[in-house]
Amino acid sequence: MSASMIQLFWEGIQETLYMVLVSMLISYLIGTPLGVILYVTDGNGICKNTAVNTVVGAIINMIRSIPFLILLVAILPFTRFVVGTTIGAKATIVPLVAAASPYVARMVESSLKEVDAGVIEAAQAMGSSALQIIRKVILPEARPSLLVGVTISFATILGYSAMAGFCGGGGLGAIAVNYGYYRYDDETMLITVVLLVLIVQIFQEIGSRLVKRIDKRIK
Amino acid sequence: MAQEAVIRFEHVSKSFTSKKLNVNAVRNVSLEIQKGEIFGIIGFSGAGKSTLIRCMNLLERPTDGNVFFQGVNLCEVNNRQLREARQKMGMIFQQFNLLEQRNVWENICYPLEIAGVKKGERKARIKELLELVDLTEKAKAYPSQLSGGQKQRVAIARALATNPEVILCDEATSALDPITTKSILDLLKKINQTRGVTIVVITHEMKVAQQICDRVGVMNQGELVELGRVREIFLHPQSETAKKMILSGGGIQPMDLPQRCLRIAFDGFSSSEPVISQLTLYTGEMINILGANTEDVGGKAYGQMIIEKPRDPEALRKIESFLEERGIHYEEGGGDV
Repeated sequence: MSASMIQLFWEGIQETLYMVLVSMLISYLIGTPLGVILYVTDGNGICKNTAVNTVVGAIINMIRSIPFLILLVAILPFTRFVVGTTIGAKATIVPLVAAASPYVARMVESSLKEVDAGVIEAAQAMGSSALQIIRKVILPEARPSLLVGVTISFATILGYSAMAGFCGGGGLGAIAVNYGYYRYDDETMLITVVLLVLIVQIFQEIGSRLVKRIDKRIK
Repeated sequence: MAQEAVIRFEHVSKSFTSKKLNVNAVRNVSLEIQKGEIFGIIGFSGAGKSTLIRCMNLLERPTDGNVFFQGVNLCEVNNRQLREARQKMGMIFQQFNLLEQRNVWENICYPLEIAGVKKGERKARIKELLELVDLTEKAKAYPSQLSGGQKQRVAIARALATNPEVILCDEATSALDPITTKSILDLLKKINQTRGVTIVVITHEMKVAQQICDRVGVMNQGELVELGRVREIFLHPQSETAKKMILSGGGIQPMDLPQRCLRIAFDGFSSSEPVISQLTLYTGEMINILGANTEDVGGKAYGQMIIEKPRDPEALRKIESFLEERGIHYEEGGGDV
């Protein structure tokens, strides 16, 4: 393999990681509060509020039901408005965040639901406010499960980022599309696939080890 | 002048409504819990005990009636005032409900953080509590590394952290073995005696109530059917529920005292005195023991014994007069066939 190809793959990996990690960061900044809102306003939640729960839930479901490729194309004007362009890694972050935030919100919600209701009740009995319960009880107690969610979200967002290669996105997805698909370069295609699998494996492994280390329930 | 009760219930009812059915978990309960006493609420599963104790700190908001804590009607205060009141009421649970991701030290620290206790003061307080519950060595352990009894000790330390007036115990010993149960009850009693903390205990075991309670309320189907000193209720149960609860503690199925039986209650009777042997010698009757549950506490016998009633009315009369002579409480089973 030529040095230029190695350089190409190396840049592809960097671009992919950049897109995915930045998107994840922003998606978690948006999705976590949404997940918390979904959880606490639920019928059994500590701040039951059916109206808020229904509206937030409906918006999230709506975005989640749009296939990623269609969402990507549909919000192109918005993407141009935010980053000034619709192609390249930076432009891909916008649709990635749009698709991943509701996904993250649901992941967070389901992690929080795993927290033992008895523990929350004990915190209430001790006179905690709702905010204290969220900050000091629910989120820390759900930490291992939230981290599992992060590793799952990573694989999902990585998948989305590769799809974006079809519409001018950057990274390994773009390489697979431009070389493997349009030029019938099977070798490049194969290498991209292997690289994507490797990235997922590595992050999954790191995630699993971290979860094991921070979870105090199993010893 | 009568002291204001620490907790006072005024016609409290709580019902749960769902689309399909309406459950009246607590019906029109009025009671007063005095400062410094250990008050028990006993009853079988589903009697509404748990709902009742959860009404005390408004984890369940009564559908009717008023709950007073130190003279303040909790049903009328705002959220902030309710949280402040709750900080004066510790609570422990059957399932311990410790924060799994925090170690023992941090668990006891939680209520102090909530109450806004300064960091410098927290340390001394936690140390003292760890000593009280005898877990100083486990300060850095996580709940998953502790036994049930140890977990409940942490929960007790946590409940005591903010120097509460009251500790509410919701089936606190029901998940523990008999020996651990006893040590937890002893600890609660010690806390009651040395710190004057009022304790409310929910239990389905008459034995638990007998071990630590001063007064008990007996619940059945959401109603408070009997209320009195634990000794009085054990010796002279009035309600059907109390009678069944006491019998079930004696190894007899929780049903009515069978007609052919006699229940003898030992209450601080000298255990060195062989009552049953004397009974046999004195009356010349063979005594058939059907069930017994007695305990020797400091040379005194506590508990009960169920014996078969002789068919001969003359023999029965002899037994009864023997028991009466010695001041031993007894009770005859069933009336009509």
